[in-house]
Amino acid sequence: MSTEQARSARTEGEPLLSVENLRTSFYTDKEVIRAVDGISFDIFRGETVGIVGESGSGKSVTARSIMRLVEKPGRIENGRIMYDGEDLLDKSAKQMRSIRGGSIAMVFQDPLTSLNPVYTVGNQIKEALRLHRGLSGSAATKEAIELLEAVGIPDAHRRVREYPHQFSGGMRQRAVIAMALACDPELLICDEPTTALDVTIQAQILELLEELQEERDLGIMFITHDMGVIAEIADRVNVMYAGEIVESAPVVELFESPKHPYTQGLLNSIPGQGLDEDEQLATIEGDVPTPNEDPTYCRFAPRCPKAFTECDTIHPEPVEVGDGTGRHRASCLLYPDDLPTEEAVAVHREGGQRGGDTR
Amino acid sequence: MSTTSTEEEQTAKPRGDTILEVNDLKTYYEDGGILGSNPVKAVDGVSFDIQRGETLGLVGESGCGKSTLGRTLMRLEEATAGEVKLNGTDITTLSGSDLKQFREDVQMVFQDPDSSLNERMTVGEIVREPLDVHDWKTPSERRERVRELLETVGLQEQHYYRYPHQFSGGQRQRIGIARALALEPEFIILDEPVSALDVSVQAKILNLLEDLQNEFGLTYLFIAHDLAVVRHICDRVAVMYLGNMMEIGPADELFDEPANPYTHALLSSIPEPDPTVERDRITLRGTPPSPRDPPSGCPFSTRCPVKIRPAAYREMDPDLWERIEIFREVLRERSRADPSLSDRVRKLLGRETHRAGMDEIIPELFGDFDAPSDVMNHIREAADYAENDDEDAARTYLREEFGSVCDHERPEQLAVGNRGRLSLCHRHEAEYEEPATVFETLVQ
Repeated sequence: MSTEQARSARTEGEPLLSVENLRTSFYTDKEVIRAVDGISFDIFRGETVGIVGESGSGKSVTARSIMRLVEKPGRIENGRIMYDGEDLLDKSAKQMRSIRGGSIAMVFQDPLTSLNPVYTVGNQIKEALRLHRGLSGSAATKEAIELLEAVGIPDAHRRVREYPHQFSGGMRQRAVIAMALACDPELLICDEPTTALDVTIQAQILELLEELQEERDLGIMFITHDMGVIAEIADRVNVMYAGEIVESAPVVELFESPKHPYTQGLLNSIPGQGLDEDEQLATIEGDVPTPNEDPTYCRFAPRCPKAFTECDTIHPEPVEVGDGTGRHRASCLLYPDDLPTEEAVAVHREGGQRGGDTR
Repeated sequence: MSTTSTEEEQTAKPRGDTILEVNDLKTYYEDGGILGSNPVKAVDGVSFDIQRGETLGLVGESGCGKSTLGRTLMRLEEATAGEVKLNGTDITTLSGSDLKQFREDVQMVFQDPDSSLNERMTVGEIVREPLDVHDWKTPSERRERVRELLETVGLQEQHYYRYPHQFSGGQRQRIGIARALALEPEFIILDEPVSALDVSVQAKILNLLEDLQNEFGLTYLFIAHDLAVVRHICDRVAVMYLGNMMEIGPADELFDEPANPYTHALLSSIPEPDPTVERDRITLRGTPPSPRDPPSGCPFSTRCPVKIRPAAYREMDPDLWERIEIFREVLRERSRADPSLSDRVRKLLGRETHRAGMDEIIPELFGDFDAPSDVMNHIREAADYAENDDEDAARTYLREEFGSVCDHERPEQLAVGNRGRLSLCHRHEAEYEEPATVFETLVQ
């Protein structure tokens, strides 16, 4: 089935990408690490979905799982990744190759590692154009120059013949974005695309992404650890902790009324939140655990200031915590907070028994 | 540590006691060329001082020279010119036992706890090493001291015999801090101490650093690129750009009302962790110029959004002016890029080189624009120079025509406000409008 048909077949209200109950584990000699453990989220056309969390929370593995780039000893064990009405996990390696860089493109953190130092930037863009759109020769060069111009690289006629080392850091990231756009993707996965850049350059790149999204109606999945960047670029946010999504909400709501104790702690530990001169920063005790067991308890409980006995024995399920539209959900035994604690706990206990593996 | 002792420390702290004084410091990296070298001007004439017990923040983008400045103050790099006075003694010329003594007084904590700790040594050995090197008391007293230090930075005594890889990033940074404290220094240079850490861990290290400062009366130079962190921890802040100190002053004042155009733009580009904030962001164009070939006038003149225009062009359409600036930047980039081998061969064979192609860039920039003919004549004149591979002549031509005091003269540090703030900008002179006023008109 061609992409054209698929695009027209899809109805407007359907998400572009839908991740359901995804679990990716890494098998080491010592233990099985559930880097991503049963997460679900949707990305719609034209919106930016942020994924935020500390290092080791499973953000990058999520992105790599969607692109089917998880390598041994890692394995996608469970779940579905629905794109275009089809499950990406059922695709053959060859089909995946045409999707990767075709309709789903990815931008990595360090532009130098995603560019080949021995080919000119133009050559690398042209490679993508040849593979996915069958363009070659002067048509490809022309298109490559247009792409470089579209991402705001001045003097593109000359730049297209230059090598990555002749580009500055911000220019390199622009070139990588140009490459990602080469095949007119519907979904752009950005894995910490501005972390290696200075703030003034980061501002340029964020502005560029917003412009491109508006022009092309891109769905963007934006991974970062920086709450400031999330606040700026995301429409909806998923907060990850130890392989799980602990809270997901529209961006304004998340920052205005974070519900999960982890999100609250994370937001409070950012400096410059109207603190007085001598006030100390709030901290979260302990470190992020390695998720190496079945989720039969709340993984944040050992560090949680609000933890109680049941937190160690019952796995929290995502429950509605917002205005009833189902857009703001948190996985914490404290919710739903309109019920007494015991009843709330019961909701999670039942929810945990219902859910099961789909694969 | 009790609160009362902290308060005593603070009241006992003499006001206006300068611990470090830096005068016109320059650090150049020579490229070792035989014929006329063209050094990288990493630190290009910087002057400031640090009071005892205060935290001075040093911020700027990568490559602005902040780390080099820190390393020069540590004598890890040799200063090219200027002086650095620690307690009144110029340390750039120290040697022998004087230098060793100096190294007891000044310590450094590095950014990456992975690469600054020796993986083959135990934590105890790492923290003890400075004590051994400086022959501090007896070996058993040293061990005792190390145990104390581990406790001070929030580690445990039994960590003495463990190796760095057994610790998390935050804990490793604590080991680095313990090592820096070992010889009871008065002054510590913190080079991006929390940049490699997650935000919740970062908060703990920042709190630790503040506690230690209160407990031991330390003076910090805090180098960072994260401005929120700097605002939280620093008393005064210095902003660097291209080896120059653009602005220095009290943190609250500098963050609330930045005087220098660069500080203004830098602050406006920080994403704020609040999605409801609508800010008037000033996005800077391009990247900083090469420190080998800094602009002849103000270091920020190539990107400054409020650059002073020559009188003849003050009323020009801002969009057209922007394009002229982009054109100048393109020429600057071209003259910096070395011609590739294939370009040289093409030139020898008399073929068209890739470097030319002005007939593409001019329509691209000015094509859809109804620019006044005199302006276009100047542009074409410059393009002609560039067409003949003489970018330098083209640049000079444009600088003469479209340049102003910002391109021709290096600004002085001028006083702003009445709390000792200094800013490097021509706009603070009486005859020009203040940067803040111009920014306001830009945003509207």
